[in-house]
Amino acid sequence: MANMAKLLEVRGLRTSFATAAGLVRAVDGVSWDVHPGETVALVGESGCGKSVSALSVMRLIDPPAGRIEDGAILYKGQDLLSLSEQEMRQVRGREIGMVFQEPMTSLNPVVTIGRQLTEGLELHVKMDSAAARTRAIELLGMVGIPDGERRLSQYPHQFSGGMRQRMMIAMALACRPSLILADEPTTALDVTIQAQILELLRDLSRRFGVAMLIITHNLGVVARYADRVNVMYAGRIIERAAAAALYARPRHPYTLGLLRSVPRLDQPTRERLLPIEGQPPDLTRLPPGCAFAPRCAFRVARCDAEAPSLNEVDGAEHLAACWESSRLAGGARA
Amino acid sequence: MPPSSPLNETAAPPDRKSAGTVFATLVDFARRRPLGAVGGAIIVVMVMLAASANLIAPYDPLATDYAAMLAAPSEAHWLGTDAFGRDMLSRMIHGSRTALMVGLGASLLGASLGSLIGVASAYFGGRVDLLVQRVMDVFFAFPVIILALAVVSIIGTGVGNVVLAIATPMVPRCARVVRASALSVREMPYVDAARAAGFGHPRIILRHMLPNVMAPVLIMATAFLGEAILLEASLSFLGLGVTEPTAAWGLMLRGAAVEFAETAPWMAIFPGLAISLAVFGFNLLGDSLRDALDPRLRTQ
Repeated sequence: MANMAKLLEVRGLRTSFATAAGLVRAVDGVSWDVHPGETVALVGESGCGKSVSALSVMRLIDPPAGRIEDGAILYKGQDLLSLSEQEMRQVRGREIGMVFQEPMTSLNPVVTIGRQLTEGLELHVKMDSAAARTRAIELLGMVGIPDGERRLSQYPHQFSGGMRQRMMIAMALACRPSLILADEPTTALDVTIQAQILELLRDLSRRFGVAMLIITHNLGVVARYADRVNVMYAGRIIERAAAAALYARPRHPYTLGLLRSVPRLDQPTRERLLPIEGQPPDLTRLPPGCAFAPRCAFRVARCDAEAPSLNEVDGAEHLAACWESSRLAGGARA
Repeated sequence: MPPSSPLNETAAPPDRKSAGTVFATLVDFARRRPLGAVGGAIIVVMVMLAASANLIAPYDPLATDYAAMLAAPSEAHWLGTDAFGRDMLSRMIHGSRTALMVGLGASLLGASLGSLIGVASAYFGGRVDLLVQRVMDVFFAFPVIILALAVVSIIGTGVGNVVLAIATPMVPRCARVVRASALSVREMPYVDAARAAGFGHPRIILRHMLPNVMAPVLIMATAFLGEAILLEASLSFLGLGVTEPTAAWGLMLRGAAVEFAETAPWMAIFPGLAISLAVFGFNLLGDSLRDALDPRLRTQ
């Protein structure tokens, strides 16, 4: 896998926002990549910088408050940060599709379903309106919305939440992109619908060889659907591993904490869930050392002085940013 | 006539196909919104009068009859005559043309330009927004009539120029109202989704944001209609609007109200009624259209 050409490679990305409280480093020097056809997850709690990472890739960070300060975003070898706005528009929608979190508000309420599907096709793939219409019906069928002919003339408010998210997926897939960024694609949906949507995403991704970046805070989603996982905390990646390895042998206390705080059906014990104590850090006042140190059970003196970098802990594919990761190797208990 | 700007079409894509469904839609609209239908009927009558003015007006609106000056309403002159013996009814029928032209022209021009500026200002935000809004503030500093007067004194009188002059003070007011609602639309995820789909700025502003602020635009446009008719009368009063002998309600009202309000009240009452009725009709229709055009309020 490591030798394959990378589809998307983010290197040392640093995105910040100027707020009244001070400069917020929402994304602080992260590097990750996606191989063709692969599903990668970006996991973390609210405000850890996962959505900003995706928006940075699309160059949708709004100035003057938001700014990509540093780094490179290589898509098929081309640095997206060096493209003009005009060239970037050819990438958005055409090369990289995006699925948003809120299916209720991510569709334009006064534009028909048909128009919203055909607009991108006409613009990017230069289809005429009849061809675009045919393709739109085909797309609706692909994402499991029957009777596309009739659906095209309807408005988003006539669709249920699940159908709208299917519609969002159809829009993202319309121009046959190589990569889809799915930003919390199931957060706003019922649990039963969540599973359907994720199955759909996985099926379509496999069928068309589309790579996916799933952004989520739901570890269950990661376990079932992702090939590799990046765990983010306070704007940095603190652990990266293949999904199975991450679950079997977490090597960062934060990942361990996340896994322990999820109720599990396969362990019918009366064991109490172990929450991660404390609050996520204030991004305007990050400690000089490890950002997780104040909440960490494995904390040592060095953690407060020096931030650990992301290093290999278990082969080239498993990395963690923790001074004490070796202590976690044997399934340590805090 | 409903104000059928190209903007409205984006708000409600025409999905009717045959004449039968058009009729059914109209009947349905009338049943659901009887007040709107009343407003629509007033405007339809006004449009028909304006269109067939040459056929139905009993007299030439410009023909003077010095034998029948200031004649009270009678069989020969249903609504009486003015100080030059011109038939009031004929002048009012012809006056509906001026009112429609100036009203529709000015409000469409003002609302279109204003909403475009408002949405663009909200969409780009930051320095663009700041600059545009300060320029609008400059326009705001002048009373409406002063601004209109300034424009007319620069470009001259005449119907076309009056339309331009009346539209000018409406642009900043519409821009400000539309900007306010466009700011909230700007924050909607579907605008980000449109950007993520690789759409350009003009397309997002015109196709994705503008239809979502049509409700305030429609309200502004209909409110402007009445105001435009009144403003045209004011300009005419000051000798800078539509000029005699053109038949215009504002002009008729003004001449009559000043000199003959007591001796020949019909000269003030009928044009005044016409103005009120027209404004009333446009407002009723505008309100109902706003509700009917919003697909979220529409049940199918």
